[in-house]
Amino acid sequence: MQNALSVVLDSLPYLLQGSFLTAGIVVFAMFLGLFIGIFMSVGLVYGNRFIRYILTAYVWIFRGVPVVVLLFLFYFGLFSFLGLNFSAFATVSIVLGMTTGAYQANIFKGAILSLPHGQFKAASGLGMSDMQAIKNIVLPQILRMSIPAWSNEYSIILKDSALAFVIGAPEIMARTQFVASRTYQHLSLYITAGIIYFLLTWAGVIGLRKLEQYVRIPGYSQHGNQ
Amino acid sequence: MTEKMVILRVNNLSKSFGDSTILNSVSIELAKGEIKVLIGPSGGGKSTLLQCINCLVVPDAGEIELDNARIQFTRKQDIYRLRQQVGMIFQDFNLFDHLTALDNITIALRKVKKMPKKEAEKRARLELEQVGLGDKETLYPAQLSGGQKQRVAIARALAMDPKILLLDEPTSALDPTLIGEVISVIKGLAVKGMTMIMATHQISLIYNLADEILFMENGRIVEQGPPAALLAAGNKSKSQGFCDRLNELSEVEG
Repeated sequence: MQNALSVVLDSLPYLLQGSFLTAGIVVFAMFLGLFIGIFMSVGLVYGNRFIRYILTAYVWIFRGVPVVVLLFLFYFGLFSFLGLNFSAFATVSIVLGMTTGAYQANIFKGAILSLPHGQFKAASGLGMSDMQAIKNIVLPQILRMSIPAWSNEYSIILKDSALAFVIGAPEIMARTQFVASRTYQHLSLYITAGIIYFLLTWAGVIGLRKLEQYVRIPGYSQHGNQ
Repeated sequence: MTEKMVILRVNNLSKSFGDSTILNSVSIELAKGEIKVLIGPSGGGKSTLLQCINCLVVPDAGEIELDNARIQFTRKQDIYRLRQQVGMIFQDFNLFDHLTALDNITIALRKVKKMPKKEAEKRARLELEQVGLGDKETLYPAQLSGGQKQRVAIARALAMDPKILLLDEPTSALDPTLIGEVISVIKGLAVKGMTMIMATHQISLIYNLADEILFMENGRIVEQGPPAALLAAGNKSKSQGFCDRLNELSEVEG
């Protein structure tokens, strides 16, 4: 037991360094996903049939194929086929970003559809173009509405980022496995890794809840508003 | 009215959704300062007509001329310009829920008219005061009563300096105690000479404001004329019968 504790304490700085990489992957993936999700949701709702077909196919692919398969496909297959020399870190960030983008697109799409259509009409009636109405009226409201679902996505992506170790990105999971295979303190080390993931999830979700309260519209309930 | 300047000409406007014809070759001529009131049974096409006039619903056929300029329905720029000049008031207000009363008004001034923020706010405050809500500028729609929301909506439309205001049953979603404040704002607009087309079942607006009543049924204007003529005692017009029923209803309610 003495040994287990000292191994954990000794390796903690090394493991925590991995959490910077994990955080980097998650932040990059979430913002890439946000960017993809916003554009795709607008296309899914307001686009013509051709655009909707393409975007729906994208959603199905990233929803239907496991992240591990995508990681191998992109890292060893697609990127080298295209002659791109992306690091493991970049590959994981891009793959997770594209995956969460598909899910975020559906989150935002649902929010757009739940928005009373009259507001879009009113914006058009004032002379706004469709793009102006989407940017000034639709997006500010649906992004607020989507924060709870978005924090769900955050926790999923954070945990999926542990898969990065399969292509050798030195994040928390990879480092834990590395230490465990040398010290044989599997139990205590994986408990430690679990706690680090848990704390990162907790901090992110609390932060997003604070953000939700901060941008809340006075007198406006988040759900079922007329 | 004939000697006055015609500001809006609507010719043979038609609109169908699927198999059902909602508007069937409707024509209107509106002079500057004139107020026309649309009445008739629901489903008669009043709302669709108003939405077609500022192209919120693009007509299938027909012509719209604003200030003698023909609107090309296929040209987005034409449609955006038309909408800037033709204000619209909706039955259920349609305020932007994420913006304060003030910002509901400034947003279009800033984004559409490209007005600087300060100037837009100054204009918005002026309009809010005009509708008696000068002290409510920081409140969000969810914090306002129905009557207040509709007054903000009217201020929002007026801030764009529309040549014409279209009102689609502006008091129908309000409970009786709140109707009065909206009616008095609309009457104030009439006094100032605002050109309006209004669909309403509010008997006092029909009697007191209408220069002309248009009775719509099955997508057509089946009767039109000044209230004095259409609603004269003994006249067996449809409008007369309709207003009588509205009167009976308001007596039952009152």
